[in-house]
Amino acid sequence: MATQSPVTAVLDKTQASQPPRLFLATLHEWVTTVDHKKIGLMYIGYALFFLVVAGFEAILMRIQLAIPNNTFVSPQAFNRLFTMHGTTMVFFVGMPILFGFGNYLVPLMIGARDMAFPRLNAFSFWVSAFGGSLLYFSYLGGDGLYGAGSAPDVGWFAYAPLTARVFSPGHSTDYWTLAVLLSGIGNIGTALNIVATTICMRCPGMKLNRMPLLVWLYLVTSMMVFVAVSPLTAAQIMLLLDRYLGSHFFDTQAGGSAVLWMHFFWIFGHPEVYILVLPAFAFANEIIPVFSRKAIFGYPAMVAASVGIGFISLSVWAHHMFTVGMGAGANTFFTLSTMVIAVPTGIKIFNWLATLWGGKIRYTVAMMFSVGFLFQFLIAGLTGIMLSASPFDWQLGNSYFVVAHFHYVLVGAILFMIFAAFYYWYPKMTGHMLDEKLGKWHFWLFLIGFHLTFDFMHIPGILGMPRRIYTYEADRGWMLLNMITSSGAFFQAIATLLFVYNMVWSYFKGPIAGADPWDAWTLEWSTVSPPPAYNFATIPTVESRRPLWDLKHPEDPDTRYE
Amino acid sequence: MSEAVAAIIPHNADEDWKLPSRGIVGMACLILAEASIFIIFVVAYIFYLGKSITGPTPHEVLTLPILTSICLLSSSATVHFAVSALHAGKQSMCSLWLALTVLLGGIFLAGTAQEWYHLIYHDGLTIRTNLFGTTFYSLVGLHASHVIVGLFMLALALVFSLRGDLTSRHTERLEVLSLYWHFVDAVWVIVFLVVYVLGR
Ligand code: HEM
Ligand SMILES: [Cu+2]
Repeated sequence: MATQSPVTAVLDKTQASQPPRLFLATLHEWVTTVDHKKIGLMYIGYALFFLVVAGFEAILMRIQLAIPNNTFVSPQAFNRLFTMHGTTMVFFVGMPILFGFGNYLVPLMIGARDMAFPRLNAFSFWVSAFGGSLLYFSYLGGDGLYGAGSAPDVGWFAYAPLTARVFSPGHSTDYWTLAVLLSGIGNIGTALNIVATTICMRCPGMKLNRMPLLVWLYLVTSMMVFVAVSPLTAAQIMLLLDRYLGSHFFDTQAGGSAVLWMHFFWIFGHPEVYILVLPAFAFANEIIPVFSRKAIFGYPAMVAASVGIGFISLSVWAHHMFTVGMGAGANTFFTLSTMVIAVPTGIKIFNWLATLWGGKIRYTVAMMFSVGFLFQFLIAGLTGIMLSASPFDWQLGNSYFVVAHFHYVLVGAILFMIFAAFYYWYPKMTGHMLDEKLGKWHFWLFLIGFHLTFDFMHIPGILGMPRRIYTYEADRGWMLLNMITSSGAFFQAIATLLFVYNMVWSYFKGPIAGADPWDAWTLEWSTVSPPPAYNFATIPTVESRRPLWDLKHPEDPDTRYE
Repeated sequence: MSEAVAAIIPHNADEDWKLPSRGIVGMACLILAEASIFIIFVVAYIFYLGKSITGPTPHEVLTLPILTSICLLSSSATVHFAVSALHAGKQSMCSLWLALTVLLGGIFLAGTAQEWYHLIYHDGLTIRTNLFGTTFYSLVGLHASHVIVGLFMLALALVFSLRGDLTSRHTERLEVLSLYWHFVDAVWVIVFLVVYVLGR
């Protein structure tokens, strides 16, 4: 598997020359780079760093909740922990890691030499990275380091009037606002770049209907960023005006409305989860076919479903607000529109299953994570449908059932596909294979940990355990369940550390990957690993959706079926 | 093998492989994002109409900015003429139209400044006064900040044009800038309707 396939050696004769470099020269090169691959890798590196940080915060919370009446952290520190955990995971792990892969892969997959606006690309990265640093800088302020700094404590949704000056004196809320605002600006810049790149930089023959599905999904995701992240930016400008210029947008004393903030936040917040999950779908669309040895089933339906999800997801935000009291009309509308999402999502799941059907499946680690994703995403969708029925939501809203539901998506679907993407593209990015044996350990430990934590978390929710409490009494019957949930978190943590270890170890010791270790079909595998600065010695021309298949199977090219 | 290589290495250089220009697509995306920001501010404005606890009300203090609006909207036409002139290679005409655009935009901005001065010092309306002040200054201010950015870039283009550095090779860049300016004007139409017509 690790040998250079003779066919792809023909494709690109580029020699990756790497003369030894001084440390400072290397540093300077990375800091000033405008190369989409280096920027992609920097995004990924910084997201992984924050993944470990936010994971650590999760562990602290689970230690606190493992037993009743625990005093491991103070209530105040607990509020800060869940705020920082949620904010970090969404804005400084999910978004950058997905945009990191997008940055890296989109130009390669469409046969381009770089993004449309390389300098804007670098700018977007540094702005987002600065936002992340700013968020954590807040831990240094106020009254000390350990969990008690002036880190934000208003939740990742920053509901009004918690964020008003009277309830949130000092600067913790400003750190939150500015950090997220900066990351939003960076995301909008990157999304703009991805759209311009896919529309304007495709190599000859790469018509829209021949683009890899990953590129399609990144296109839809980026369009969603414009219409979803911008409202959050607007709302944050309002919040800053309230806090600094004394305006009254969310000031209930002066007639302002706290519910308006909720609307603005969730107009962003709900599409955001699809901005995160569509790239996860994108990875599945590339990985599942290659390891089933079949072309993806229903390419046009997949594209249509993604665009459909993009549109529908913009009209469902208020299912996060059923318990606010919007009235029966609004509740019914948002219940129905939420349920409609199940249709395009179902189409996707069936197409993945049809791709697997009758395929010659290779259970590499990337494929194992993808199969885990399919099951877990299905379950998460089912609990989502349950929550979208507003009477049901009145019972379980703001309980641990909701927490279990969205972690099923965020971890069980999105993080699983991020892991899969690492196992699949790491060889391209570094030229070395990740160790499959360690990878299998990673997979099984993580899978066990995930199900211990999040399967069991549904039950205390049904039994009435509310979200965001820092401790509970022993007589509620949640004790054992919380203990199991917490122990699962440790499995996940160990598995993640194993994964990080694998990446470091494989970088130095992993077997050489060659240009095309998986015998795949899209253009990124036609250049050497890692690709040189200019990607392709000659800009390719494509005639079908699977150019490398055509190349390797001249007797049966895809072009015949078009 | 040679036949196989053909699948991805150009064999008949595709001459008719034309893709849209990056600048226009990039600007269209920016406009989409900016439009979403404006929509949120407009929604907040409409949501808080008539919900102020204290005065003054819009009806008491706002006057229709007819003249300055006409100036701003006609600057959309002048910037369009500037692009056409550059396209036709008429550089000095282009400078003239650009200068006119900057002038018209400047008048609009001066009008806003005067209006705000009047509101603050005569009517005592600031961003802290009530919900009307809050939403009015933020929405109109957001638009005005876009006018300032646009004027700055148009003025730069004017300087380049006067120095003769702006040639028909740069038509597309000027076109991108003019797209932004059209957008700023279009937003003003909405703001005008919502704030001055509907809101009064
Ligand atoms: C596709 C990826 C998805 C992600 C990442 C996701 C994530 C989330 C998150 C983070 C929350 C909690 C928000 C909070 O802090 O209150 C949530 C709640 C909710 N989700 Fe999802 N979700 C996804 C899919 C779905 C689907 C497919 C449905 C329904 C068909 C759904 C229905 C709901 C409902 C109704 C709530 C509100 C529960 C409540 O707050 O009471 N979600 N989701
Ligand atoms: Cu939602």
